[in-house]
Amino acid sequence: MSSQKFRLVRPLMSVAAVIAAAFAAGAASAETTGVPVADFTLPNGLELIVIPDHRAPVVTHMIWYKVGAADETPGKSGLAHFLEHLMFKGTAKNPAGQFSQVVARFGGQENAFTSSDYTAFYQRVPSEQLKTVMDLEADRMTGLQLTDQVVLPEREVILEEQNQRVGNNPRARLGEQIDAALFLNHPYGKPVIGWRHEMEQLSRDDAIGFYRRFYAPNDAVVIVAGDVEPSEALKFAEATYGKVARHANIQPRERPQEPPPVAVRSLTLADPRVEQPMMQRDYLVPSAHTAKPGQSEALDVLAHVLGGGSNSRLYRALVVDKRVAVSAAAWYDSSAFDMAKFGVFAAPRPGVTLPQIEADADAVLADVVAKGVSAEELERSKSRMIADAVYAQDNQVSMARWYGTAVMTGSTVDDVRRWPDRIRKVTAADVQDAARRWLDKRRSVTGYLIKDASPQAEKKS
Amino acid sequence: MTRFLAAAALTALALLAGAPAASAMTIEKIVSPSGITAWLVREHSVPLVALNYAFHGGSAQDEADKSGTANLAADLLDEGAGTLDGKTFHERLEDHAIELRFSVARDYFHGSLRTLNEHREEAFDLLHLALGAPRFDDDAVERVRGQMLAILRRESTNPNSLASRRWWEAAFPDHPYGRESQGTLESVPRITVADMRDYVRHTFARNGLTISIVGDIDAKTAGALIDRAFAGLPAKGDLKPVANASPRGLGRRIVINLDVPQAVVTFGGLGLARHDPDFMAGYIVNHILGGGSFTSRLYREVREKRGLAYGVSDTLVWFRRAAVVLGGTATRADRTADALAIVEAETKRMAENGPTPDELAAAKSFLKGAYALSLDSSAKIAAQLTQIQLDNLGIDYIQRRGAMIDAVGIADAKRAAKRLFGGGMLVTVAGRPKGLTSSAE
Repeated sequence: MSSQKFRLVRPLMSVAAVIAAAFAAGAASAETTGVPVADFTLPNGLELIVIPDHRAPVVTHMIWYKVGAADETPGKSGLAHFLEHLMFKGTAKNPAGQFSQVVARFGGQENAFTSSDYTAFYQRVPSEQLKTVMDLEADRMTGLQLTDQVVLPEREVILEEQNQRVGNNPRARLGEQIDAALFLNHPYGKPVIGWRHEMEQLSRDDAIGFYRRFYAPNDAVVIVAGDVEPSEALKFAEATYGKVARHANIQPRERPQEPPPVAVRSLTLADPRVEQPMMQRDYLVPSAHTAKPGQSEALDVLAHVLGGGSNSRLYRALVVDKRVAVSAAAWYDSSAFDMAKFGVFAAPRPGVTLPQIEADADAVLADVVAKGVSAEELERSKSRMIADAVYAQDNQVSMARWYGTAVMTGSTVDDVRRWPDRIRKVTAADVQDAARRWLDKRRSVTGYLIKDASPQAEKKS
Repeated sequence: MTRFLAAAALTALALLAGAPAASAMTIEKIVSPSGITAWLVREHSVPLVALNYAFHGGSAQDEADKSGTANLAADLLDEGAGTLDGKTFHERLEDHAIELRFSVARDYFHGSLRTLNEHREEAFDLLHLALGAPRFDDDAVERVRGQMLAILRRESTNPNSLASRRWWEAAFPDHPYGRESQGTLESVPRITVADMRDYVRHTFARNGLTISIVGDIDAKTAGALIDRAFAGLPAKGDLKPVANASPRGLGRRIVINLDVPQAVVTFGGLGLARHDPDFMAGYIVNHILGGGSFTSRLYREVREKRGLAYGVSDTLVWFRRAAVVLGGTATRADRTADALAIVEAETKRMAENGPTPDELAAAKSFLKGAYALSLDSSAKIAAQLTQIQLDNLGIDYIQRRGAMIDAVGIADAKRAAKRLFGGGMLVTVAGRPKGLTSSAE
């Protein structure tokens, strides 16, 4: 099933954070090794970022729109992602299926993904086909044609996607509940895939309205990574995207913001399928975009020291020393246009309760707040994060994704390039300060996932 | 440094199919000073080394009542080795940003290593320790066993895992291929340290070893590093033979009752051995029926036209002693029967009529181009080179592959379609599919 059409809703944050770290670092390293990242803006407002990589005659072409689930009208949850699916339904010039057939003819890969802050489409193709795919994307930027005949079956598809990602997955259900409780006012509290009762009502007109409002060259960034010269990519972009008229009325992204968090929140989700309980806590923290200088980087390091792998504080304390957990981790994903999340996770060994494991995790956090981190931990985490730089250069899709994610969430190409330098500057005092300031339980929601053993839940024969 | 590395009696210049001649990948066959063979691709643009290797002998070596032995052993290799306890070993890895990965499939133990150039000697030394002197300390064994049991507990109510496990059990009863590499909630507690030591001793040997290296490194240095990690291993392993097998239960349907909103379906049947003359034709035909692209027949009929599922696909799977075609989908309970009927009808149609000439041409074009696109990182190239070696396809395979695809004609495709899809399917469903029940065995 690995080769299924894959459309990412909000990526698993633990993974996303690692990737973000890796690619930010990669970019800067690329600069030091002399690979220039080019950044252009066309007269119609479309931004073009080119990341040359000449190892193979292949390019990754992505178009990112600055619109995601957080921009949906209340009551229309899931619409940004639904439109992402419907973007494959054809235009007057390239009827349904044509785009995919053209890409398939030269062995290309294509897909799309949606988050709270962005919607993106990409193709990986032989370098000489770059202009072809730009032409196709430029065409569907404004040329999409939708009928109920294609919209209604696709609505069934997203409902099945919701089942597959969430309905059939107790952990994902818990994640939705935590988000909904963490964000009191901001639309980040809604699932990107949507709430089912609203998804079931989404219509062709909803999709077309959303499309006309947000899909435009001055709301988009094109990223090309691979075997192409920036000047050539620019020439192709001008000949394709450059022909699309600017949208006169693209509004800045101003979503309802969170009030100061004041209450410690906790919730429990009981599901009959849970055979391995777990706890997850998410804190409301600044993103790279909303943080003051240095804050976001300190949170990056803090997450790594606390929960990045088997040398981390949480793993050592809960899994190795006290032996109360089978796994324990922490993560921070800085890439959000508005506020971000810092997460702590632990799964107990049989016989250990969730409150017990939560208390043990709290002790680890309290220790960092009180005593900070050691010089050794600081250096190990920083050097590991910075070393990921070089590894990141080995994969052009990931490079493209990192730049895309950053620029979609309010950072600049230059911010990405300088990320390793900023990580290098993080001090032990910065990390302790971040822990003290942000690991405040009043900023958090703690979720327990437990087995529902009530009689009515036991419908299994 | 006396005589070294008659690098490459065999050097293949592989022009990636469908790509302009500007870029080429040269695969060298090298021999280390101690006599270990490897394939090397020099890639100087990124200062790292990616190693991929495999040993003959995977989970099919597990005793029937101790399935999961090889897998548990693999998970413990970096939890302490030689004089280093687990904590120290992990700190060494992280301090140098060295990545060691171990995994187990039915026929093979697979390993990979990624390191920055500046730390490559340390990296290969740590690999040497992990393979040659794993400690299996009690506390680490119990911790990792506990983690494996947690995964298995979680999977025990996961419809994907249930449908897949049941499929393999029914297709290969009384054969090691019928058992998942991870083992079961019953078998994992039975595994002893002695079992894991036996696995390591029988498997990690130079005669069952396949190595690929990609990176910013020359043949001489690569040979020295290979010896650092592997020269100390025993010359010969001691593997149990695995019997040839063919999937059973074709035509049978098994429903596993589970209260989930969406039913998960696994389906599959006869495959083609990797060295079967019809393999490439079968590979193409399967791509047309249910390969991963947005243009397959199953994708169009199940998802695009009817909205019955988010995904539906199938793929060829081959082992040393068996081959299957295996697919899956996930659909709402009240339409599972419809989705399955479509999958069965499309499969039957393909078996009877084969693909159209247009579909064949489009698939050939896709598969030629897609190969180059799949080889887009050092680690992926190294893994692919290992697979080519394990499948015994020859150092010039990448070069020849395009012509092999081009040589498949419509008659070949029809013949392969009948062989692949004419034998019926074994189907497992986990969920509450309306109107579907298990068939009699």
